[in-house]
Amino acid sequence: MAAEPHVVMGHEAATATGLDNRKVGMWAFLGSECLFFGAMISTYLLYRNRIGEGQPRLGDVYDIPYTSVSAFVLLMSSVTMVLALAAIQRGEHRKLRVWLMATALLGLVFVGGQAFEFTEFVRHGFTFRSSAAGSAFFMLTGFHGAHVTVGILMLLGLFYLSVLGRLPTGDSLRVELVGLYWHFVDIVWIVIFTIVYLFPQ
Amino acid sequence: MTAQVPPAGAQTERPDVAVRERPVPHPTPRDYVKIGVALSLVTALEVLTYYFSPQQAFLGVRMPSAVMIPVLLILAVIKFALVVLWFMHLKFDSRLYMRLFVAGLVLALAVFSVAFAFAFGG
Repeated sequence: MAAEPHVVMGHEAATATGLDNRKVGMWAFLGSECLFFGAMISTYLLYRNRIGEGQPRLGDVYDIPYTSVSAFVLLMSSVTMVLALAAIQRGEHRKLRVWLMATALLGLVFVGGQAFEFTEFVRHGFTFRSSAAGSAFFMLTGFHGAHVTVGILMLLGLFYLSVLGRLPTGDSLRVELVGLYWHFVDIVWIVIFTIVYLFPQ
Repeated sequence: MTAQVPPAGAQTERPDVAVRERPVPHPTPRDYVKIGVALSLVTALEVLTYYFSPQQAFLGVRMPSAVMIPVLLILAVIKFALVVLWFMHLKFDSRLYMRLFVAGLVLALAVFSVAFAFAFGG
């Protein structure tokens, strides 16, 4: 006889593990993303001082107060995201939409701030091509920004589904999966902010 | 087929599946806000630490890199753990999720440790 489904964390799924395969898949994906960003952060550490003569150093172009506000904005978007999940689990759909939109807007503020920061760096001569440090920096932070952008699109997709009434209370897993992705993007920034921006140059 | 809830402490055929008598209650929205406040405070501490770096020397105080880097890493680990355990619910969810995530994290930390040793090992 096939394995009986068990109740695990309130999720009932008729799978061998008793867990929903979509959530297992998301955690496996996030585990692989750890390696993806771990490799890029390591690359940045190795190349951060590879700067040509006359080129600006990373410490010269950073604006820590500005980036700190960006980091705070992304951190707060994790709070609004988890409140969105709590809202749908309680059947509060209006609150769900409010928190989803708040999360997407905070994400947009972060990405907009990053785009502005990039233009400032380029204006100071610190570009993707200016040095190995520049390549490593823009590769790492650019990929993170791309992840945030994908997350915003998924949040807006959830918001649209909720407006159409196609996100019932019993289907909170979709919000949870997008939430896991969003929180992961946040923890990656926690590491990037510390190592890339705050570590002494 | 209806869902089956084994008695408390029962062994299952899959030891990697955390079976509980009843679903563990998740934190409340108030708990999430409290964690958000804690995350904000730790971030403020991080930024404050930056201003005591050898380059900034806020109020004339210079924190050596050998002190500053471990302090920043510890603060980052605290934030990381708060988000993963509470916001991503790993503290309350099946251990299988924890294993999948930690497997990738351990490999990433291994690569990072080598790069860190090259970058700061003198």
